[in-house]
Amino acid sequence: MAPLSGTGANPLRDPADRRLPRIAGPSGLVIFGVTGDLSRKKLMPAVYDLANRGLLPPGFSLVGFARREWANEDFAQEVHDAVKEHARTPFREEVWQQLIQGMRFVQGTFDDDDAFERLRETIDELDKAQGTGGNFAFYLSVPPSAFPVVIQQLKKHGLADQTSDSWRRAVIEKPFGHDLESAKELNAIVHEVFAPDQVFRIDHYLGKETVQNILALRFANQMFEPIWNRSFVDHVQITMAEDIGIGGRAGYYDGIGAARDVIQNHLLQLMALTAMEEPASFDADALAAEKTKVLGGVRLPKDLGRDTVRGQYAAGWQGGEKVIGYLEEDGIDRNSKTDTYAAIKLEVDNRRWAGVPFYLRTGKRLGRRVTEIAVVFQRAPHSPFDTTATEELGQNAVVIRVQPDEGVTVRFGSKVPGTSMEIRDVSMDFAYGESFTESSPEAYERLILDVLLGDSNLFPRTEEVELSWEILDPIEDYWEKNGRPAQYPAGTWGPVEADQMLQRDGRSWRRP
Amino acid sequence: MKIDLTDTTASKINKALVQGRRAIGTPAVGMVLTLVIVTDEEDAYDALKAANDASREHPSRTLVVIRRVSRSPRDRTSSRLDAEVRVGADAGTGETVVLRLYGEVSDHAQSVVLPLLLPDAPVVVWWPVGAPRDPAKDPLGALGQRRVTDSYSTEKPIDELRARAESYEPGDTDLAWARITPWRSVLAAALDQVSCEVISAEVTGEEFNPSVELLAMWLADRLHVHVRRGVSSGPGLTGVQLETTCGPISLHRPDGAMATLAVQGQPDRAVALKRRETSELIAEELRRLDPDDTYASALRFGVDRLGGSPSSVPRIPAPASPAVSAARLSVSDSASSSGPLSERADPVASASETASSARTSAPALPPASLSSSGDDDGDRPSPSQMPPVKKATSK
Repeated sequence: MAPLSGTGANPLRDPADRRLPRIAGPSGLVIFGVTGDLSRKKLMPAVYDLANRGLLPPGFSLVGFARREWANEDFAQEVHDAVKEHARTPFREEVWQQLIQGMRFVQGTFDDDDAFERLRETIDELDKAQGTGGNFAFYLSVPPSAFPVVIQQLKKHGLADQTSDSWRRAVIEKPFGHDLESAKELNAIVHEVFAPDQVFRIDHYLGKETVQNILALRFANQMFEPIWNRSFVDHVQITMAEDIGIGGRAGYYDGIGAARDVIQNHLLQLMALTAMEEPASFDADALAAEKTKVLGGVRLPKDLGRDTVRGQYAAGWQGGEKVIGYLEEDGIDRNSKTDTYAAIKLEVDNRRWAGVPFYLRTGKRLGRRVTEIAVVFQRAPHSPFDTTATEELGQNAVVIRVQPDEGVTVRFGSKVPGTSMEIRDVSMDFAYGESFTESSPEAYERLILDVLLGDSNLFPRTEEVELSWEILDPIEDYWEKNGRPAQYPAGTWGPVEADQMLQRDGRSWRRP
Repeated sequence: MKIDLTDTTASKINKALVQGRRAIGTPAVGMVLTLVIVTDEEDAYDALKAANDASREHPSRTLVVIRRVSRSPRDRTSSRLDAEVRVGADAGTGETVVLRLYGEVSDHAQSVVLPLLLPDAPVVVWWPVGAPRDPAKDPLGALGQRRVTDSYSTEKPIDELRARAESYEPGDTDLAWARITPWRSVLAAALDQVSCEVISAEVTGEEFNPSVELLAMWLADRLHVHVRRGVSSGPGLTGVQLETTCGPISLHRPDGAMATLAVQGQPDRAVALKRRETSELIAEELRRLDPDDTYASALRFGVDRLGGSPSSVPRIPAPASPAVSAARLSVSDSASSSGPLSERADPVASASETASSARTSAPALPPASLSSSGDDDGDRPSPSQMPPVKKATSK
């Protein structure tokens, strides 16, 4: 029988019964590269947190696959430690006991046929012992180079074959290629083995509460949408800044750079959510259709040299700590042209946004870690106050803080108390931490649950990935052929060229 | 920070709140609701503790209304309001005001509470003990969008459920209902997996636990089948058994923490189903403030239509009566409820055996004393329609 996953066929399910959570049907999760950082810090704790909240099915199974020589018990111990250290919710023995029964470890390398055969046996055994019903998701937490091998192995050993009453899904992490061509290649490899609707591309930003809140803010309220267009909006700034350097990721990062690493997926997705029209409904198809329309309507600046900037962090002081520059990092070529900072200006060709620039910037070793979307409004067309009164008044803005300190800030002018008329910017703040739960679910919790439920709302689709590359490729080409990245001292807000880029338009970057 | 006010008024309390907030430097507040706790001195501490824990999830202004008992005629004529205002670290993530009402003012608690409600934010009234018969008509209850009672904390939970059903207004809920959310979600998930029809069901749990009745009524209401209430020694709910067209589905939790889900043709699976703290229940209640229609529908199904429910004792002869007599509130002989749960016992033999022993040990009571009304008689399944069922027995 096909699992009904909470539709009307089950008499105990009732849409009005909002206490009942969505629980995934019988299923298991196989993690490749289970010894990696992501798996330890995010995936394992997320699985535990889901179980602790009662959202995983009874008999849920977790299979680890890695090269390390581990027995099932060692693996369970590793998960135990990871959960204790990183889980969001308190550790509870009975939840752990429920999970541990379904934990298995398969030792092997990705080209090892025996290992995949053992994996298949493990899955068959779990179907019998734990009642997982043949439903398995394969989480590929592996370097991009290992991708094709693992996918092919899954196919070769019949692990990707779903029957009419069970499913097999693939979960893949960014990068989804490094340009349009490689992305298409990758999609072809994955889709040859897994059907497009069974492939889940994780962009963990989309799992964040604040990002989902963009849609709520825009489409559930009346007060924002009427002014969310070119008549009122002056420009939009989308920032994702990190205070860390590349750390130990030299091998991955060099040659990729900030634009490919961040703009192509996270920032363009945030832009799509900010700029898209209202979807007909909140289902995956309708959302994807609107996002695709916006991404398809993105227009690049005519003069790429003028309206894009890239940079590399140089040695400097970052928050009281002396740090080295990008070119001095271990494993980086002294002549590397890889960008650790990128800022680009985009426009959207449609009636709503014509002429409104979207400035996207991202970088490493910037002032602090922050991600935000700032919609900056035009100045009042006429001011009855004299210029001295409004001297300190800036432009109104709605700022969606994605992380940290998730929330929304509205900035507007207010009279300074006193006898003279003086108007100054004040901000009105909504913080998630203040009005809602102490800790919102981690993005990975939400996304893993959605994978198990087969709900693809929060996952970018093939077309979106390809459209994003179409936007970025010409810029990368231009950078490749012209000049070098500008240097900026670590711990600042990027190269002066980026400030000049906005100055030319008569604007300036917000200090996030 | 704590401010004590004696012989005070609501406006002085409001001033103290503003003063307290200024002093700790957070004049802007993100509180999302006002929680009014109506309780007595004895239960105030536990209730407030639970509310403070829950306020981590729902920052709120908590007003604790304590009506002090006046022990002399002189006390009764004088009237006084004392308040304890707590802000900052002393009050979870919101603000707390403990109101003590002496004498006449204790009959007019709403006049004290009304000015202290947060503007434009929902109000939830919670009675940890001693809820009024008709919460929505209660002067304090009338202030709230949501009225939370706890039928588990009453002397006669079954009577309480009847009263709740009669006086139900949208916005009423009960913590006994919140307690079974995890059970309901596991059962719903179990039925997601099979495409069989449920024929009958049985819910087993400790004797004076209205959650057992609520779960049984929910199942009966949703599945339109006959549901029986069995008795075990607990803790809390101990098991649910669904008879379906493709074999039994059972969820069994003997120890109050780990349950086993057994579905015909599938391996047994462990499920963590820990009994939850009051703070978690309150946090769940505060998560949704719209009327809980599912609760209303389950509640209105009526305890008296459950197989093995107290009022149906005298009408139903053999199969259902052991549980019946045990579940009955006025039965003095509790031996029949404290026996072990013997799942494998021959159902028919043990049922009739205990049935007879139950009859002898507890003479039948007149139904009129317990049954609320006779309206439901027509819907009640006749004994012959009921299949034999495994249940708790005493040996």
